Amino acid sequence: MSELKLIGKPAQRYDARDKALGITKYGADFVMPGMLHAKVLRSKYPSAKILSINTHEAERLPGVKAIITAKDVPYNERASNVVGQTTEIGAIQAIQPVLAKDRVRFLGEPIALIAAESLEIAEKATNLIKVDYEKLPVVSDPIEAMKPSSPLVHEGSNILAKWKIAKGDIEKGFKESDVIVENTYYTQFQDHAYMELEGGVAWIDNDEVINIRLTTQVIEHYRDVAKVLGVPESKIRVIGTFIGGGFGGKEDVTVETFLALLVQKTKKPVKLIYTREESILAHDKRHPFVMKYKTGAKKNGKLVALKAELVSDAGAYAYLSPWVLLYATVHASGPYDIPNIKVDSKTVYTNNIFTSAFRCFGGTQVCFAYESQMDELAHKLGMDSLKIREINYIKRGEKLPAGQRIESTVALTETASRAWKALEKPNKSKKGKRIGRGFASMMQSYGRLTMLHDSSHAWVGIEMDGSLIIRTGVPDLGGGQGSSLVQIASEILGIPGEDISIHLTDSSLTPLAGTTTATRQLYMSGNAVLQASRNLRNMILSRASQMLNVSKEELDLTDKKVIVKKGKKEIPLVDVVKEMAADGLPRNSFAMFNAPFSKPLNSEMEQYERVFPDFTFGTQAAEVEIDEETGKIKVTQLVSSYDVGRVVNRNSVEGQMEGGAVMGIGYALLEDIKSEKGIIQAKNLAQYLIPTSLDVPEVKTIILESKTGLGPFGAKGIGEPSMTPTAAAIANAIYDATGIRFTSLPITPEKIIMALKKKE
Amino acid sequence: MKKYTLHMVVNGEEISIETKPNATLLEVLRDELNLMEVKEGCGQGDCGACAVILDGKAVNSCLTLAMQAEGREITTLSGLNKNGKIHPLQKSFVSHGAIQCGFCTPGMIMSAKALLDKNPHPTRDEIKIAISGNLCRCTGYKKIIEAIEAVTKGKEEKEGENVRA
Repeated sequence: MSELKLIGKPAQRYDARDKALGITKYGADFVMPGMLHAKVLRSKYPSAKILSINTHEAERLPGVKAIITAKDVPYNERASNVVGQTTEIGAIQAIQPVLAKDRVRFLGEPIALIAAESLEIAEKATNLIKVDYEKLPVVSDPIEAMKPSSPLVHEGSNILAKWKIAKGDIEKGFKESDVIVENTYYTQFQDHAYMELEGGVAWIDNDEVINIRLTTQVIEHYRDVAKVLGVPESKIRVIGTFIGGGFGGKEDVTVETFLALLVQKTKKPVKLIYTREESILAHDKRHPFVMKYKTGAKKNGKLVALKAELVSDAGAYAYLSPWVLLYATVHASGPYDIPNIKVDSKTVYTNNIFTSAFRCFGGTQVCFAYESQMDELAHKLGMDSLKIREINYIKRGEKLPAGQRIESTVALTETASRAWKALEKPNKSKKGKRIGRGFASMMQSYGRLTMLHDSSHAWVGIEMDGSLIIRTGVPDLGGGQGSSLVQIASEILGIPGEDISIHLTDSSLTPLAGTTTATRQLYMSGNAVLQASRNLRNMILSRASQMLNVSKEELDLTDKKVIVKKGKKEIPLVDVVKEMAADGLPRNSFAMFNAPFSKPLNSEMEQYERVFPDFTFGTQAAEVEIDEETGKIKVTQLVSSYDVGRVVNRNSVEGQMEGGAVMGIGYALLEDIKSEKGIIQAKNLAQYLIPTSLDVPEVKTIILESKTGLGPFGAKGIGEPSMTPTAAAIANAIYDATGIRFTSLPITPEKIIMALKKKE
Repeated sequence: MKKYTLHMVVNGEEISIETKPNATLLEVLRDELNLMEVKEGCGQGDCGACAVILDGKAVNSCLTLAMQAEGREITTLSGLNKNGKIHPLQKSFVSHGAIQCGFCTPGMIMSAKALLDKNPHPTRDEIKIAISGNLCRCTGYKKIIEAIEAVTKGKEEKEGENVRA
């Protein structure tokens, strides 16, 4: 491969222009002739029996076309095995209804679907449905929920899943420790707060295919929809739109099953768009964790033992909680080499809003804990906080405490020292203000769990005029997923981006590429497109070598020409394509890329040989300014430094790193959904505050490229890792400013004031 | 509900349209005039995705009753392309990587336009204040601020190529 021409440069994204012009269509922007408008009736209580549902009055309202309750759903109750959780009698099952039948388990649980000629009528009908409830006791604290006296959310036990890690001799480890730090950390519910609300439109097509066009990170939920409707999977087609932000919140099923049920019943197109309040009630949140940490080190700073007990709040239904917990468990020790370790973790049902995927997927909660611990150890030992980490960072080729060997570069010493040095001269301390600085390092997997045997497909074909078509079922989340694929094909085939059209995210027409989650699309689908493009390049150069009478190795593709590298001869690409067509040769390639596979994991295991394909490593450093009187915390500087393996589009990498860090600032200081006895307190964006342009510094990025990742050209993933260490870095900076260790997020002005007063 | 005739100038065109008295400007722009670039992110004036320019001022169209626009001038994002050219702000957002998911972009550009129309050379802090009512969950704002600043410094002063080739 000759030198790369496009990869690594700040490329203009192919989708940006339409977005700037306002042409791009999102989930809410599609209309169909004669379509109906849908609403969802939701539970008023976090825990109650449903005694009766009376829809008569609503049905009689003129313009109402369908009302669906649990009894109308062909396969309403879905049971799935909880990953890796076994008992003597078989796998533990998680049960989830599409619509609540006789019991509601969280505030906002869907009970009925309504379709009507107008949104106004649908809303009116929703209010006319009478539900008789009998309130039941609420359990909203996961620690309480584990007690035998607790009300049960589901039959059996409130403990949904457990994982563990054990290595060495933990007690011996603590005996050998010269210094031990013990703390319990608490994190909160976080909402994704993407700007685009959930929604879409669905209709029935030829041959009874139900088409659902919606905003989603996972078009492959068409399989779940088919199961609920009781139709073959081939009869459900999900077409994704450009997504107005997701961050994991559009990873689980949102509106697609509801739309399909209403279309199945009415045979008419149906549109359903959530309001902001409904969105907050209806989609998952980031898991609150309670994390009891005990970390021991030698006088020289070497870590000898780490014990962690993690409890996460799964909310009312399982969703991805067992998976998130597994991630948190494996990441619990951070990017450190520790000889003695014990991690025990549980995820527990409560009557809170359900929790599931959110950028970092369990990685940021434990990072807040393990990096706070590292800082505490440094202070106790009187050691430099860079130095203590340097001594302990895991190295390439070594095994993580959880058991997996690190196969790519670990550039943490460099990311940490560079992030720290990049903080500019401290802002001068003013009267009444305290300035502090801190940093945190992290590791975060990219790609899905290897036991899931993940794969992605892509099709690349050349047209008679030399333009190129890419087909791949990648949902574009806004991170520039599609654009990077165009760049990769352009690099390999020498066809400019403007001559490439990419067709994404259609479960029937584009080859399935898996989910846009787990920081996997550049890695997985990037490799699939790379492979297909290389195959096609090979086909083109084979035919061209006959035409030019030189060997394939002497040829290159650039600017829609085939050129002889060390000569002056060249022929237009179209001429080669025409010859290929005339000879009846294929002019396209279909490729499948597989991630490394591994055996299934289970909750009895203490060591994991392989859990993830690979990890991204990085460091963030923060400076804060605290107002002693008001407790206001201002992040005055934030530096984000990562080894991204290889940059594909520099703009997109910086964009993830800047955006991820700002989301992390929100998580550290502002955001909290505040569930009180199962009732969400922050119900809109006036109550649930995310960072504005005035709340954040301009994030400085330092990008390193080890070229050792598993993605195309050695890329690693950066989407999720970009947020992982922010809260920890800020907490460490706040400690530096105040001498107070804050162990619960978000760190609000109220907490600062109280703690400062207490300290005096 | 009784309908009223609403007269307004939208993107330079005189419009008269029948509307219910409780309809918001956002609903009329999207549902009646098909201006789908005006986005709804919250419906409560918290996010700025629906921002349009009303008589020179950026407003949240979800909090503005359509009838309040009677006799007034409204510009939406697509109004910037009436001459068939891409606007310098749009061009700059693209070239600076200021667009990720793009959902906040229409409102963000309208807030920036309203600022630059009044104050062609704002400081970085003035830019931050002008867009502080427009939430963005993807970018961390830095590239948006850079894109707007580049226009004020004349780095992107030229209109772009035709909107549709």
